Amino acid sequence: MSLTVTMATARRVLTQLRHDPRSIAILIAVPTVLMILLRYVFNSAEVFSGLAPALLGVFPLTFMFIITSVTMLRERASGTLERLMTTPLSKLDLLVGYALAFGLFALVQVLIVVGVSVLLGMTLLGSLGWLLVVTSLAAELGVALGLLASAFARTEFQAIQLMPVVVFPQLLLCGLFTPRDQMATVLQWVSNVMPMSYAVSAITQVTAHSSLTTTYVRDALIVAGCTVVALVLAATSLRRQTP
Amino acid sequence: MAASVVECDRLVVVRGGAEVLHELTVGIRPGAITGLLGPSGSGKTTLIRSIVGTQVITSGTVTVLGQPAGSPALRRLVGYSSQSAAVYDDLTVRENVRYFAAALGAAEPDVERVIEQVDLDQESTRLTGRLSGGERSRVSLAVALLGAPQVLVLDEPTVGLDPVLREHLWSLFRSLADAGITLLVSSHVMDEAERCDELLLMRAGAVIAQESPQQLKDRTGTTTMDAAFLHLIESLGTAA
Repeated sequence: MSLTVTMATARRVLTQLRHDPRSIAILIAVPTVLMILLRYVFNSAEVFSGLAPALLGVFPLTFMFIITSVTMLRERASGTLERLMTTPLSKLDLLVGYALAFGLFALVQVLIVVGVSVLLGMTLLGSLGWLLVVTSLAAELGVALGLLASAFARTEFQAIQLMPVVVFPQLLLCGLFTPRDQMATVLQWVSNVMPMSYAVSAITQVTAHSSLTTTYVRDALIVAGCTVVALVLAATSLRRQTP
Repeated sequence: MAASVVECDRLVVVRGGAEVLHELTVGIRPGAITGLLGPSGSGKTTLIRSIVGTQVITSGTVTVLGQPAGSPALRRLVGYSSQSAAVYDDLTVRENVRYFAAALGAAEPDVERVIEQVDLDQESTRLTGRLSGGERSRVSLAVALLGAPQVLVLDEPTVGLDPVLREHLWSLFRSLADAGITLLVSSHVMDEAERCDELLLMRAGAVIAQESPQQLKDRTGTTTMDAAFLHLIESLGTAA
């Protein structure tokens, strides 16, 4: 692995994004508008405050999953991936470059959405800093899952359809709609193996406790661990030789 | 005859259940331009992908500069440009070249050199996706020229180019060959075959001729490349 090549990849991915201002606008505006909608659908700062933090984990994960899976799929379909595989670039240079670039972009997205949520009346007992840490980890998880998912799609059309497949079950079972301990046992098992559950659980810890809890640390480590596993699996899906 | 730079020995490639290359054995001369010609579907691109090491090989061997194709040591020594321009449409010409230069570990001045070599200096700040087909394929060619490749494998590099640019690129290829670089250039434009030192004619996954353009014309008793190819294909057709 080479730091120069990894950084060059991150810069390249961000440059591609910079040439597409419309996507940047959508990625920033959509979660912001959804937060505003959520606030006024319930018309209560209290209810909003109960739901918004968890969504701050769900949004970056979902958006990063979509943009990463589509970008990576384009890389596979356009032949640029095959070309890169004929150069000394290592697979991790490419994947970590992606993770850095989209992670940085996700951080900007999260900062703006968190800012808007606070203005809308979201309150936390814990620190905003720890909330940002776990939302960034959730975004990185989205990037890693997106990189992995692109191996299972042949077209951009299919890549987009993987989003509901990967994200929706996690969304339903992560504790956002019903607390996880009130679900049927089987559903709890399923929820236990879904990484989004731990992102949302860590966020709940920040909202409900003024100091850092061990549950938060454990959950954050699980999310980070899942990210690493997904990245390694994604690396094995990149082949220098194809049939 | 000097040792071959690229050596395929009884190469068999199966793609999608069908055998595309049938026990193909061929060597490519160093420091020369070898033209790879043949109808579409004859296996040209599969052979090229086998040589650059991106193709899964069923059996046989492909050796480039004494190493198995695709070896890590070859990744800086073999320049490759695929048939469809493998570049990022949402980057400018220079951003594209600069990124691949980083991936190849090529020096910074190289970026401007290759952009000039393919005659894109005027276009270097334009988005690649907004360029014409011929310009895009030249961006892809520029990337293949980065660093110091000893072997250049170019799949249809002159498709969609006007005669002036084709002339420009062929004199570039000639100067590269004069500098000792081995070129394998696929094409289906027969008048380009005249510019090669050696021709490799493929048909249905096999090499049916490997000789110089003059030898081919003499042997078939024809005066143009078009006629020579037609003659060769017809004689094969009757033999089969």
